Amino acid sequence: MATGELNPNHYPAQRAAKAVQHYLNTLYGSPYRVIFLNRVHSGYAEDVADSGRKYKLEITVQDHISNKTENCTAEVLFPGGEQQRPPQVQASLEELPTTDTKAEEEALFQKYKTNQGVLSEHLPDSHGHVDPDMEPFLHLGSAASSFIMLNESTENTLYNVAQVANVTQLKTENDQLKFDYYVLLHDMISQEIIHWKLLFTWSPQEGVKVLQMEKLPHSHHDETPQNNN
Amino acid sequence: MLNSAALGFVVLLSAVEAATNERVNYDYYKYHSMPEISKWMTQIAQNHSEVVTIMDYGQTYEKRNISLLKIGLSTGERKKAIWMDCGIHAREWIAPAFCQYFVSQILQTYKTDPKMEEMMKNMDFYVTPVLNVDGYLYSWKDNNTRLWRKNRSPGPPGCKCDGTDLNRNFDANWGTVGVSSDCCSNTYCGSDRVSEPEAQAVASFVGSRKEDILCFLTIHSYSQLLLIPYGNPNFIAPNQDELMEVGLAAAEAIKAVHGKIYKVGTSPAVLYANSGSSRDWARMQGIPFAYTFELRDNGTFGFELPENQIQPTCEEAYSGALHIVNYVHDKTFKGPMDGAGATAAAALWTVLLAVGVTSASM
Repeated sequence: MATGELNPNHYPAQRAAKAVQHYLNTLYGSPYRVIFLNRVHSGYAEDVADSGRKYKLEITVQDHISNKTENCTAEVLFPGGEQQRPPQVQASLEELPTTDTKAEEEALFQKYKTNQGVLSEHLPDSHGHVDPDMEPFLHLGSAASSFIMLNESTENTLYNVAQVANVTQLKTENDQLKFDYYVLLHDMISQEIIHWKLLFTWSPQEGVKVLQMEKLPHSHHDETPQNNN
Repeated sequence: MLNSAALGFVVLLSAVEAATNERVNYDYYKYHSMPEISKWMTQIAQNHSEVVTIMDYGQTYEKRNISLLKIGLSTGERKKAIWMDCGIHAREWIAPAFCQYFVSQILQTYKTDPKMEEMMKNMDFYVTPVLNVDGYLYSWKDNNTRLWRKNRSPGPPGCKCDGTDLNRNFDANWGTVGVSSDCCSNTYCGSDRVSEPEAQAVASFVGSRKEDILCFLTIHSYSQLLLIPYGNPNFIAPNQDELMEVGLAAAEAIKAVHGKIYKVGTSPAVLYANSGSSRDWARMQGIPFAYTFELRDNGTFGFELPENQIQPTCEEAYSGALHIVNYVHDKTFKGPMDGAGATAAAALWTVLLAVGVTSASM
């Protein structure tokens, strides 16, 4: 495995940086904020005895919605051992989380507070289109999926959300919007599409709180499910 | 208000324009279904019959034709060629869109751009807009099939899944790395090297012309990469330095269009190790320049790239592809123009001039 100074364009640094992206979205992702890895500037990897492998990275990330970028210093520890365990990431942002999304988030929250039922399917659709009204739910889905993608990240994965297959809103609970999402994740390294169900809550104050994550044994035909309502 | 005479005149003008307008009326910035692409190919070949012919060079598992457009000025002689294929993976819709755009561009520019005209004289372009026809059709079937990757041949006996990853099926270190023997896997390399009819079609067509093919470009998405051979890290192409140099220059050309960064390198370095790819096979046949293009984006939309990004993606990829094609053409037909070449040319002129002066003074 690559150790020492890393080529920032090569896969080891890139995969570790992707884990940082997922981590940042668990902190800051919302219906109006989705963070993406923009660039890796430098990376350093070392074996940590009895722990695993640690990466130190200098990266730039970008908010997909505001297009603003921010530099970030991050550390990723991929645990060793037989069973896959989530990496531990240390990273934070100062500027991007301050982009003013409060008003929009509050408006969305109020609009959907008393709503229930299937909100949407196939975001984006086959042609890459997302209805503007549904964009916040795609972003929210990406933010929530980041908890899964972070958990599943290893030195041999590179996860992106391929599609949000289904968004169902459940009854609002404790002043949190509650959602059941069916998401399709793409792992670039295996080229597989992995199906997950996600139960989570969201509010402007609390952000995303994941209640349940369930990996689904899909039919091996890269098919999204029919809506079984 | 248009009166009937004026209206008649407008209709007449439109008819005249339509008759003389050789351009196919086609929206290159929307995704097109397989029947639409087939129809477009026929129209292109009809409207540009002096330079375009359709060649069917194989059949898919489901017995559909695999077709390419051969584009070039007929010289009656055997010509060198450039190979481009798109859509070996069904879900990578931006790739066939790019092949169609590429064709429309070279047909548009060769009549007015002397460089393109020269390239059309010296070389033929073999462009396959959709290689994995069955897979592409399947990915259009409904919302549930959009993310299909492989072809549509059935799995081996006892397997409950279909499809082989065509880009793991070629005879290039087949089955060694970056593949799965699980027939349900998206990187299932097939029951044997070149077991798949789609791969056989390419291998047969390109194989029988390998001395003439200067450059093999295979178009995919996503990740914004230009990948050079080989996928198996134990093998290094003898001209790797040159492949990198030309690739990096192509990436610069891409960046100049819309600012997008495409990384350049071997698959194992930049992405992952793999084997049995068409690009590796082409290089092993002796085709000196072989590149995999991975187009937009970087994971934001992934395979479902919005249609409003088709145009900028095609424009930048065209710039990159053209850089490689230009380089390969000039290297073949003009010889090395930097360093040794220029110095030799200058030296020759000096000698000729000296001889001329000496002769004149005699």
